[in-house]
Amino acid sequence: MPRRKGAPEVNAGSMADIAFLLLIFFLVTTTIETDAGLDRMLPPMEPPDEDVIIKQKNIFTVNINKNGQLLVEDDLMNLKDLRTAAISFLENGADGSCSYCKGKKDPASSDNPTKAIISLKNDRETKYSIYITVQNELVGAYNELRNREAQRLYNRDFTEMESEYLNPETPSNVRDELKDKVKNIQDMFPQKLSEAETSTN
Amino acid sequence: MKDSSLLVENTLPNATEIKKLEKKDRVIYIYIGKPTQEYAKVFGTEPKIQLNDKFANVDEVGSYILAERAKKPPELQNVLTTALKVDKNANMGLIADIKQELRKVNALKVNYTTYDGDAFNNLK
Repeated sequence: MPRRKGAPEVNAGSMADIAFLLLIFFLVTTTIETDAGLDRMLPPMEPPDEDVIIKQKNIFTVNINKNGQLLVEDDLMNLKDLRTAAISFLENGADGSCSYCKGKKDPASSDNPTKAIISLKNDRETKYSIYITVQNELVGAYNELRNREAQRLYNRDFTEMESEYLNPETPSNVRDELKDKVKNIQDMFPQKLSEAETSTN
Repeated sequence: MKDSSLLVENTLPNATEIKKLEKKDRVIYIYIGKPTQEYAKVFGTEPKIQLNDKFANVDEVGSYILAERAKKPPELQNVLTTALKVDKNANMGLIADIKQELRKVNALKVNYTTYDGDAFNNLK
């Protein structure tokens, strides 16, 4: 038997096919998770120790009935107008202590943004999609006001600053700097969105 | 990778003011929706809750959250978010019951997972 010269060749002709099949396999089996949404905090179970008295004018009531109709401050309202109504309520600034508010200073509406509370109620038969739309509009109202102030103070959008701050890939020195700015804007328009328990009737 | 197959219909609603869930290890998922066609015969067409890979009742949500929380490292146990993946045709009654359960076990941070899109498309 003659001695073989060098290492034997491996037949690699089908390698490309195998790689291609693997690629297809992983493409099909991987699902890209949708991982974004509306962040909310639920109220804690224990009621606060003392009853806080809140003036009626500082509460902006939003009621959704089972047909998806909106009752805002006891008036029927179109969903498209909700954001504007919420904004004018939040920055009304009736007591004049809010220097950055551009509201009408209507004495029958909220005193200042730190006191303004939005109360959201819904029926058990309300569609989830309507509820999300309403939540989206209310969060949008806060974001619009916060963006406006962030543009004025730091020349950039609040939502952009916040997502950069929350992104774990942001370097820590940038994040520390952003933290104060984000906090500052959040304090100017604190998100006070109360969700009472769903009404049963 | 896919870690649990869906037993329920799960068309999420659209929203614009969304935040990304950055840290996947801090998230507990709850799926809600109508059982898919193959399960509809057994479980009916009313929206149900799916925890991991099986259907569950509302009263099991609390213990599920506690069990999932116990699996996480101690330093993460206080910063967990519950992602609610709710089909857009579900009713708020079931969601309200779940929110009540979540409050009982002090899992207060929730994220209503949505697609990125115009929220008014939900009304159609």
